[in-house]
Amino acid sequence: MTKVFIGHPGIGDIVTGEALVASDNFSARYDLDRINGVFSRPQHKLCGQSYDGKILVLNAAKGGVATAWMLQEMVSRGIAPKALILNFANPIMAQGAAFANLPMIDRFEVDITESVPNGAEVHVDPAAGEIRLL
Amino acid sequence: MKLSDYEQEMLAGEHGYSKQYGMQQIQRVGTFFDATDTVEIAQVHLMADPESLGETGVEFLECLAARPQPERSVVVPAVTDPRGVDLNAYKKLGQTDSMADLEIRATAAFRSLGFMMTDTCINYQTICPPVLGEHVAFGDTGSSIYANSVQGARTNFEGGPSALAAALTGRAPRYGFHLDQHRVGTCLFEIDFRPKDLSDWGALGAYVGREMASYWEVPVIAGVEDVPTSDEMKQFGAALASFGSTPLFHMIGITPEAPNLKTVFDSNQPKAVKIAKQDVDALVKSYMPSDDKLDVVVFAGPQLSLMEMQTLAEHLRGRSIHSDVALIATTSPEIKYACDRMGLTEAIETAGGMVLSGVCFYQMYAREIGEANGWKRLMSNSAKLVNILGGYGYEPMLASMETCVECAVQGRITGDLS
Repeated sequence: MTKVFIGHPGIGDIVTGEALVASDNFSARYDLDRINGVFSRPQHKLCGQSYDGKILVLNAAKGGVATAWMLQEMVSRGIAPKALILNFANPIMAQGAAFANLPMIDRFEVDITESVPNGAEVHVDPAAGEIRLL
Repeated sequence: MKLSDYEQEMLAGEHGYSKQYGMQQIQRVGTFFDATDTVEIAQVHLMADPESLGETGVEFLECLAARPQPERSVVVPAVTDPRGVDLNAYKKLGQTDSMADLEIRATAAFRSLGFMMTDTCINYQTICPPVLGEHVAFGDTGSSIYANSVQGARTNFEGGPSALAAALTGRAPRYGFHLDQHRVGTCLFEIDFRPKDLSDWGALGAYVGREMASYWEVPVIAGVEDVPTSDEMKQFGAALASFGSTPLFHMIGITPEAPNLKTVFDSNQPKAVKIAKQDVDALVKSYMPSDDKLDVVVFAGPQLSLMEMQTLAEHLRGRSIHSDVALIATTSPEIKYACDRMGLTEAIETAGGMVLSGVCFYQMYAREIGEANGWKRLMSNSAKLVNILGGYGYEPMLASMETCVECAVQGRITGDLS
């Protein structure tokens, strides 16, 4: 089983944590109850689950522009994911991650949502664009 | 990223903290997307509602606003997206004083930085429409997709921190939709019907948007025979950008960069995906509720143009909205003044509706005002709004403006719920 996945060099510092994985897309405004730290969009596969302190592994950045501010707002309140791992980020997600210094990597050689098992412990190295299963 | 001498000075802090922040943000995002250098931009549209900013975002703005001149000032014309609190109406809506305080602080900071508080997401209709080939930094998905697609301007989605960086430096990283190669079509849709009203155009945009795999997709629409109006393009684009998170579409024979299929696909024309009226109807029906209860009708997302306000006023003239239902319309301050002068506000308010100025429903603490007012079942003619509000605890449904008004008057959802 492959234990290392390489994407495009990302944003933020090295972090380790538990992966929360789904093949769905991601937007902070559209998908989250940011007060309680859970996914709230009924159609989202992670609806009802807590994202606090998790390495979020999802498909593509979706939705509007609010996420660019909201990631920093979430980090400042201490209810935030530890890192964002996406198949495809968009500018909003990158701008938000850069502003919040939240670790993020995208553009992997594989479908990352099918490669990282849900609940796995992972090591994220944004500068190298690398995720390692522990 | 290659930076000019002046940009390197800004990055090193030689022109103050504000410009340094701006260049750092540009460099981080530009590096992430392999930008080779920056592009000078002509104007900025910035989204920064207080719900998104939070206390920490407002403190950041106040920190920039406290810097001395000239470092804190924007260097290109910079305007704002809708705010989160209409100070003339917030108590009636169940918004709190702390929300209003955050709004007042953010607005004061933006004024100090030199932003013009236009408080509108329809700046492309009402403030200063960009032109073909003009590089801009627009910060709302709806304003970005309209500027790129209908007006032929060039922008990425510039979220608040990056639109602010663009305003302070006059630059944006040169990647994505500033470049010719990303403006080529990637997929083709063909329709053989004409959407009837604004909600139908929104539903069509939603249908196409749902098919988008990522930000980098550029959908091309063929088969549109009658030129859509500005408001129809607005609803189509806003829904496409909301469901698809993509900032550019082409409409063959209609939008400025799409005179024909050959031009837009650059010799790699994909097979057309046909969209039938039934496909779009099925999307609308997927939001149909199981009973006829109705709490609130909202016309927003994007804010209404003067023409839409006139249509709403005509639908409501001489009628009364049911006491169990609230009806809200949001528009820009400039259009609100025009509506006041022309008697449109009075017609809507006499019927029992609320006209809000400088805000948009989903940007004004939608979850909190829904809970404060007991609003759950919501009707709108905006597919974008319907898409967003599911995550805010609402049960939204999509219908034409005419149907929405009829249901608001009846106090319940009328018609076929199957």
